[in-house]
Amino acid sequence: MGGRDATMVLLDENGIRCDGRKIDEPRKIVIKAGGLKNADGSAYIEFGDNKILVGVFGPRDVHPKHMSNTDTGILRVRYHMEPFSVGERKRPAPSRREIEISKVIKEALEPAVMLEKFPRTAVDVFIEVLQADGGTRCAALTAASVALADAGIPMRDMVAAIASGKVADTIVLDVNNEEDQAGQADMPIGYMPSLKKITLLQLDGVLTPEEYKKCVDVGVKGCEVVYELQKKALHDKYFGNRSN
Amino acid sequence: MADKRKYVIPGDVVTSGPFRPEQNVILEGNDIISTVVGISEIYDDSVKVIPLTGKYLPKIDDLVIGKVVSHTSLSWELDINSCYIGFLPAMDVFGRDFSTHSDELSSKLKTGDLVAARIANFDRTRDPLITISDRDLGKIDDGVLVQISTSKVPRLIGKKGSMIQMIENGTNAAVTIGQNGWVVVACESAEGLSKAKKAIEMVNEKAHIANLTDLIQDMLNEKDES
Repeated sequence: MGGRDATMVLLDENGIRCDGRKIDEPRKIVIKAGGLKNADGSAYIEFGDNKILVGVFGPRDVHPKHMSNTDTGILRVRYHMEPFSVGERKRPAPSRREIEISKVIKEALEPAVMLEKFPRTAVDVFIEVLQADGGTRCAALTAASVALADAGIPMRDMVAAIASGKVADTIVLDVNNEEDQAGQADMPIGYMPSLKKITLLQLDGVLTPEEYKKCVDVGVKGCEVVYELQKKALHDKYFGNRSN
Repeated sequence: MADKRKYVIPGDVVTSGPFRPEQNVILEGNDIISTVVGISEIYDDSVKVIPLTGKYLPKIDDLVIGKVVSHTSLSWELDINSCYIGFLPAMDVFGRDFSTHSDELSSKLKTGDLVAARIANFDRTRDPLITISDRDLGKIDDGVLVQISTSKVPRLIGKKGSMIQMIENGTNAAVTIGQNGWVVVACESAEGLSKAKKAIEMVNEKAHIANLTDLIQDMLNEKDES
């Protein structure tokens, strides 16, 4: 994929990565709650060079009717990448990868949302990736949690997500696109920090049991950093500069 | 009385200890955790969070404003600004001796009509059943519909109805507030109508301001002089 630079140094002797970060340093993250007038809840995230917009509708009537569940509400997630989000034009129809990520994000959000309060309804989450640079599923999940909270959907906790991985035999936090292509392992983690529960864990690559444990620990610590930014985004929208 | 008000978001620990979790909080171990964005209130033995966002969820005995969207031969369906549709049986309007042969539903309520109604029954298995057989309920003949956020309805009513009384006295308008965030303003004079409408929109936008009552009072007086 793309013109990978064979001479690129993923990690130099001082522990500095290819984009100048330290091994446990995430990219710059900016989250904004709200912004879309017609959606019931929305959020925008900039996660390094990733730019993602999320809109949430509901709870609302389920169409088609046969999808509704009399015991609980249902969650529907659509993850979609814009044709201009990557270097070469991406065909806009949902790809195998997008369908899978939609399912993965849906299943990562389900433990958090309390849809049993709204039987026979649906909550729709629309995720549009405007610009992609590795780690979009984590950024999308993070933004989707904020958008759900903005829509007033009751949640046990917000899901924060970040990827850790193994690059140049070292466990690093927040794998970017270059590291993902050339690195050895990539592990996206979704985590509910208040409840201390993991809702998403994937792994692409090979790790020893010790590396695996370290990778999860690094990822969970990263999620706590992301969580603070999610809380700040909601505080800024609803409470402005008023503090407790 | 409530004390220790706090701004909370989902996942925030409101407090810990032997409290009864009420609206919008869950008990997790020993901690009480908020499930919505809102303001937490801790009482002597219970904790609740007043939400700042979200849709209206019907509650039995709530007064709501509904808009007729369709009807079958036995009932009307009303949009009550919720995720569920309000169900108004024809028997409620025509009385006991209602018959599908002699009575035509559209003679009483047409699609698009506004109705002041009360939630008669609601549980998670069925759509909310509403009734208009009570004093002050029924079809709304004149007035302007103003939509506000559901979470700001208590602010518009004020303590013991102080806010709404002030707006009504200041403009000579009759205001019907539905718990679902729909408000109908009726007034003889066009000036009073627009002023009352403006006041309600002001409450909706500035609900968090502490001395809102004075602000609204100033606004109401100000126009009188000009």
